[in-house]
Amino acid sequence: MTRLAALATVALTAVLLLAGPATQGSAETTGPTGALGASQNTTGSEEWAEGWTGYAPLAVAPQANLPDLEDEVMCPICGTLLGLSQAPAADRQRIFMRKLIAEGKDEQEIKDALVAEYGPQVLGMPDDERVNFWVYVVPLAGLILGAVGVLWAGLKWRRTKAPAAAAAGASAPAGPSGADAARLDRELDDYDR
Amino acid sequence: MNLRAILAAVGVAALIGFLAWGLVTSGDGGLQVGEQMPVATLPTLSAQSVPPSTQPSVSADDEGSLEDFRGDWVLLNVWASWCIPCREESPALQRFAAENRDRITVLGIDTRDLSEDAIAFLREYGIDYPQLRDASGEYANDLKTTGVPESFLIDPDGKLVTRLAGPFRDLAEIEKFAAPALRDSGAGAP
Repeated sequence: MTRLAALATVALTAVLLLAGPATQGSAETTGPTGALGASQNTTGSEEWAEGWTGYAPLAVAPQANLPDLEDEVMCPICGTLLGLSQAPAADRQRIFMRKLIAEGKDEQEIKDALVAEYGPQVLGMPDDERVNFWVYVVPLAGLILGAVGVLWAGLKWRRTKAPAAAAAGASAPAGPSGADAARLDRELDDYDR
Repeated sequence: MNLRAILAAVGVAALIGFLAWGLVTSGDGGLQVGEQMPVATLPTLSAQSVPPSTQPSVSADDEGSLEDFRGDWVLLNVWASWCIPCREESPALQRFAAENRDRITVLGIDTRDLSEDAIAFLREYGIDYPQLRDASGEYANDLKTTGVPESFLIDPDGKLVTRLAGPFRDLAEIEKFAAPALRDSGAGAP
């Protein structure tokens, strides 16, 4: 009986755990339906709260998700990825995106809508031709210069190492000679015995 | 002079050059009084506008520029709907615009904002003075704004007379800010 109760508890816990994220996901992707949406959260204004109509059920299956998009688009005022920003403008942008997700728009359609709203800078991609040129040229030039530098340093190291080794060999002290050498041999022989 | 010394000299010169360029281009952070105001052609925005997300193409008739008001005094106000101080100064700005329509043009620049929100803002505050939409914030950058709201008083030649970073507290502060325009227009009036 006790085992049955334990099994029932585990099963109930599993059901609750599975249901939890699903409910949360639904709320995240649905969002407010009014144009002014949840602005009360970002502006603290009671008048703007009039647009809040609560989370509506999803009309269609979502084709995109907010966390992925937040890592691909920029906050309009912060110069950072949207996912890193808590600015009021970023909150409004998220509400706008949630609304489009709830309408069943896919990632590209949402990005297009963001570009229509904020301009191409919202995608965080260089749009100026000169910028595009330098974006490719500067790293390539850096790579070539770095390779040339490493090659030059290697050749220089080899050139300086060889004469130094030769000089070191020439100036090394010679071994014992004469009486010292004979005495050394004798003592080594004694040691071996 | 050996190669190493030449390379070191070139490196130091390049570093100094970059620092100097940064200093020259950064300026003092704002437009100077008497400086010609930057202009840009931007989409217009009104309480009757349709958000661009639902109407991607904007016709040429729906565009405007600060230059359209050359010959008039202009109080240019940069704002955004998500900006609380902008909301606080809006009623006074609308009242000022209505009371001084024949002496000075109040021109709003909505920047880095959702069009839906901006239109709702205009409706909420009954704002009927002309508005341009700076979606990307590039024009606000040209104006060297430090945030929103920020206001500029521009003479009929398109030159900056004075500027205010931050909101107007009340109508009296707007009138004081625009005093050169009000005096000038008043003197010229019959």
